[in-house]
Amino acid sequence: MSSNVMVLVEAEAGGVTDATVELIGKARELATAWGGAVEAVVLGPGEVGTGLGGADTVVRVEHPGLATYLPEAYENTLAELLVTRSPRLLMLANSTVGLDLGAALAVAWDAELVAYVVGLQTEGTTAVATAQILGGKILAEVGMAAERGVVTVVPGSFPAALGRVAGEPELVTVDAPGSLGSLRMRLERLVTPEGGDVDITAAPMLVSVGRGVGSADNIELAQEMADYLGATVSSSRPVVDAGWMPKSRQVGKSGLTVTPRAYLAFGISGAPEHLEGMRDSELIIACNTDENAPIFDVAHYGTTTDLFELLPALTGRLGG
Amino acid sequence: MRIVVPMKAVPDLVEEIEITADGTGIDREYLKFVLNEWDDQALEEALLVKEATGAEVVALGLGSDPDIDASLYTAIAKGADRAVRLTGAGEVPDTATRARAVAGYLRDHPADLVITGVQAPDDLDGQLPATLGALLGHPHVSVVVSVALVTDPPEPPAVRVRQEFAGGRAAELVVDLPAVIGLQAARQAPRYAPISRIRQVMAAGGIEQVDPGLAPGSATGASGLAVRRMHAPEKTSHAQMLTGSADEVAGQIVDLLRSRGLVKG
Amino acid sequence: MPEHPGAVALEVTRTVFQGIDLAGKSLFYVVSTAVILVFLYGWYRRVDKYRQGRPAGRGATFWRAVRGKADVGPAGRRDTRTVGTLAASSTIARRDTSAGIAHFFIFWGFIVAFVATVILTIDHDIVGPVSNALFGHTDSFFHGPFFVVYSLTVDTFGFAFLVALVSMAVRRGIRRPFKLGYGRAQNPDQGYSRGRYVAGDWVFLGLLIAILVTAYLLTGARILSQGDPWFTALTPFGRTVAEIYSGLGMTPAAAATVHTYLWWVHAALALAFVAYIPYSKAMHILVDGVNLLASDRRATRDLPGPVPGADHAGYQQISDFTWKELLDLDACTKCGRCHDVCPARTAGAPLSPRDLILDLRQWVDTAEHGITLLDRESRPDATGPLAPAGEVPIAGGVIPAATLWACTTCMACVDICPVGVEHVPLIVELRRSLVEEGQMDPTLQTAMKNLATQGNSFGKSARMRARWTKGLDFTVTDARKEPVTYLWYVGDYASFDDRLQENSRLLARLLHDAGVSFGILYEDEWNSGNDVRRAGEEGLYEMLAEHNIAALAAAGFQEIFTTDPHTLNTLRNEYPARGASYTVWHYTELLAHLLDTGALPVRPLGRTVTYHDPCYLARYNEVVQAPRRILTALGCELVEMPRNRANTFCCGAGGGRIWMDDSMLTERPSENRIREAALLDVGYFVVSCPKDMTMYSDAAKTTGNDATLTVLDITRLVDEALVRPAPSVGAMDVLT
Repeated sequence: MSSNVMVLVEAEAGGVTDATVELIGKARELATAWGGAVEAVVLGPGEVGTGLGGADTVVRVEHPGLATYLPEAYENTLAELLVTRSPRLLMLANSTVGLDLGAALAVAWDAELVAYVVGLQTEGTTAVATAQILGGKILAEVGMAAERGVVTVVPGSFPAALGRVAGEPELVTVDAPGSLGSLRMRLERLVTPEGGDVDITAAPMLVSVGRGVGSADNIELAQEMADYLGATVSSSRPVVDAGWMPKSRQVGKSGLTVTPRAYLAFGISGAPEHLEGMRDSELIIACNTDENAPIFDVAHYGTTTDLFELLPALTGRLGG
Repeated sequence: MRIVVPMKAVPDLVEEIEITADGTGIDREYLKFVLNEWDDQALEEALLVKEATGAEVVALGLGSDPDIDASLYTAIAKGADRAVRLTGAGEVPDTATRARAVAGYLRDHPADLVITGVQAPDDLDGQLPATLGALLGHPHVSVVVSVALVTDPPEPPAVRVRQEFAGGRAAELVVDLPAVIGLQAARQAPRYAPISRIRQVMAAGGIEQVDPGLAPGSATGASGLAVRRMHAPEKTSHAQMLTGSADEVAGQIVDLLRSRGLVKG
Repeated sequence: MPEHPGAVALEVTRTVFQGIDLAGKSLFYVVSTAVILVFLYGWYRRVDKYRQGRPAGRGATFWRAVRGKADVGPAGRRDTRTVGTLAASSTIARRDTSAGIAHFFIFWGFIVAFVATVILTIDHDIVGPVSNALFGHTDSFFHGPFFVVYSLTVDTFGFAFLVALVSMAVRRGIRRPFKLGYGRAQNPDQGYSRGRYVAGDWVFLGLLIAILVTAYLLTGARILSQGDPWFTALTPFGRTVAEIYSGLGMTPAAAATVHTYLWWVHAALALAFVAYIPYSKAMHILVDGVNLLASDRRATRDLPGPVPGADHAGYQQISDFTWKELLDLDACTKCGRCHDVCPARTAGAPLSPRDLILDLRQWVDTAEHGITLLDRESRPDATGPLAPAGEVPIAGGVIPAATLWACTTCMACVDICPVGVEHVPLIVELRRSLVEEGQMDPTLQTAMKNLATQGNSFGKSARMRARWTKGLDFTVTDARKEPVTYLWYVGDYASFDDRLQENSRLLARLLHDAGVSFGILYEDEWNSGNDVRRAGEEGLYEMLAEHNIAALAAAGFQEIFTTDPHTLNTLRNEYPARGASYTVWHYTELLAHLLDTGALPVRPLGRTVTYHDPCYLARYNEVVQAPRRILTALGCELVEMPRNRANTFCCGAGGGRIWMDDSMLTERPSENRIREAALLDVGYFVVSCPKDMTMYSDAAKTTGNDATLTVLDITRLVDEALVRPAPSVGAMDVLT
């Protein structure tokens, strides 16, 4: 049993993800309080991305079977690392990877798990986690037992700045577990986002529609306004699931993360899954008839005006 | 092939959630419980696999979940072959206990494939599919958006699943059976079961009740977690509200955009 | 009998079979017998088809109608028809007077011609031979005054018949009103042709015209050949023809020859027509009277329940239809009135009530190897109604799902159909089949799921239902706890829609001010299920109704009033079938009463307004006076839209359409309606239905009429006109 905090590093084309940097920042704070170290786990061969300056140690497992994410391979490798390196806390992002591994590792490692964590503090040698439940409507404050624990953290919960520090972490290379040779799943192919449609992550202004828009044809109202504004139309998950908008327009955890100069949300209540994908936009203006909608907690400006009135009014103001 | 779909009843999120007097739980008494929407997706995907392969689909619920029978009967009305209600997992089981009850059932009634919702909105301690997969020692994949039986080669039996990542990326994996799948969204929207058919199914009864006993498992899960306090999120920041007629609000919005140079003129 | 100078003492009669020899007569009788057999076979085939239908429960309705008794609706309009309706062709004259008059003369002309033939047959083929056998001489009553009256009647009615037929031909061929165009609302991918329909129409009209023209040519020839005896003055039109012949130089002898030829032409045409009847649109002569007399508007207001003993929901096979519904399919004459008034068709949706009926007819005929010769559609491929029996389901195959879902159940088709076809219950039955298969719009599914879990289509918590009362300075009585005079059934839209809640509060305040004892059911009020039922979700309707009836039984009240006309319809007309009868009013009826009694003192507003009749209020339940009484009491000048009262035009929200996507419409019905109102010189578009408020507010904006036309609920007008009492004396007491 150590006082260390272990962080699983997730990388994408541009290097280490923002979510990972956020985790390292928070891990730094916890490890300091506990007198332990931050161990960043990098799985797979290749360059270690930049952005791990906040870690004390980078633990590498360079097995080629870890080159791309495969749930079982990652789980087996991490399960062994948890036993051999025995951290006090394992931190994962609440991403697909976190959903795959968090609960499974908690079982394998016989540890407690808190998911959807948005807050984390130390209390003596233990951690106190604040987690979202019921679609973010309720926060639960949970005291974790001292020995070992796993948390999956909602991206955007902690400032990335704390993790984005210069440093020269010690590099430790560890052998992969033998079980990687006998996995019961294999990757057949990777699917990249469909091309052809606009890239909403590059749009300077987004007009985003949610469930409140009611039906596919009402999206025309938003499209018309967006045309006059020179903005691109995006949407929340339910609108995509209903087939009213293509997947490429989906903002949120399971869609795209966007940071436009202005994000205008119409009929979006603001489920955590959506907020995760747009909360860092420069200017957020939300329109929702429910004054208690969570979207207003991240928006800079809000209105409860009915979107069916507001959209035509905006179109009118913009010269339509 | 036998597919088991564990399902959970969760509070209807349209309800105003109230906290119990001691502040450590939600007041369940007046809450309306509905089927976890991801479990509804899981059932749909299981039924799609059934249609393609002729598999048997078993809907599985915990008797302690409020109104779970309605969901189980609905599952039959939609095309599930059987519905099973598990008992003996306690009043309000956490995910780990739930997983041990399901694992206990699966020990006696093995399944080739378990498809369940990737998460439930009231989970504090993680998600059922990964917990269950680890408990059973089966391969498991979460955030899956399609499941299909691999038809060639036939041995060993396997499914091809599509796992979704952020940014629209996805991976296609081939997973040997038995396996546990955490479903994010089915290939098509969950089908509608007409109320008259649900009522017929209800009148016919037919939910099997099983007390499986909890599978031994080291899953501590949330059993050691002490919920100290539950509360609605504090409004650390709140949008500045724009009021007036639709036209006035539109004017204010245009001014805001103009002041940032986003609207010309 | 006066002597006629210069003529042989001629008996006042005419010779039957004049100029036809024995061989000719024999031929005629053989052919006639064959024709009757062909006719009877066709008739048998038709009846055999209707007998496949299940009982319709319309026998009593039919016989009452035959005895001249009609059942009247809530405000005195007839729900069933009588032989009088039939005799007057009044359903045809409705909103198309000239067609009605023409049909009246065709109808009576045909009957006269038919009766005249029967009389002749009785005289010549029964009285003659029988008397000959009994007494040795051939008797006849076909002479003297009887013959004179007979001739005059047949001649004048025949001429009116001919004129009416020609006017119909002019209408169909030259004036060509939109409703007689056969373009489909739903276009099959591979195309279609309705040329055979057109051919059938012209064969029908042409045959009748030819029969009548030859009759006059024949009569003229006979008169001329007879030497124009004095009594032919009483056959004025026939005699005119004879005079024309004379003028052209025809001799009586030549006329006799001409007569013989014409006689054969006329006889051939007439016999051909008789044989043709069961195989063509002429069938309506036999079918439509029965159909009209067996029709009942109540079946649309109070829909039939599930098919008893069926193992499936809705209609899947011919035997699921009632005989009346199978008769409906044959009864359609393609007059196009329903096609004309249908809001779905007007909006560009793939539904025309006419096409629906014709397609179902064709489907039955395809399956049953029907005997119709011309009147049918042809397609390059055997799709939809032309698909071989059992190849495609009725709902979603023969009739595409999008067609069935397009219906707003506004009842305009049922209301205007001159022959008593009941489209709406049929559409609902077919929707039941779609629901059974889960073939529904995703948004409709969501609404249904919400209704099943929370009792409202908004998906809001049932406990929030009475939240709209929060802004009131008094507490609305909980009728579950405290008895009230009126139970207010508020409805989903008036309860949950943010844009309508202020209106609900206004109405509550008005009633409170007027001292009305009223209360609500709070969270125990669930959606009444009217539109759920019409969307075909019968099980959900039953569930909602059972819940509401239990809640109403537990509450204390004397009468009910509703905000929503749809709710009014099901509470008033459909809950009784579930053992729960109430007196149900619409809030406009209550407000009108309060204005009449002075309970709500008002000052004149002097506004010029138009008023939109909600379908479920005006057409279904005949509440048209109360809102107009309110407007009069408020001193408003009401300028009616061309389509008003029972002829109102649907907003497009009914029958569950409000929960469905309407992106396929080219012009929403509500926009069409707003454009109708915008042509009037009025500033206000007054509504009395919560759904109308949302539909027309949106439509006024999308059509750009919101600056000049304000959509408002009638409650708001009453509120504006209300003279509120001066500060009470009690308040003064405190000040001193």
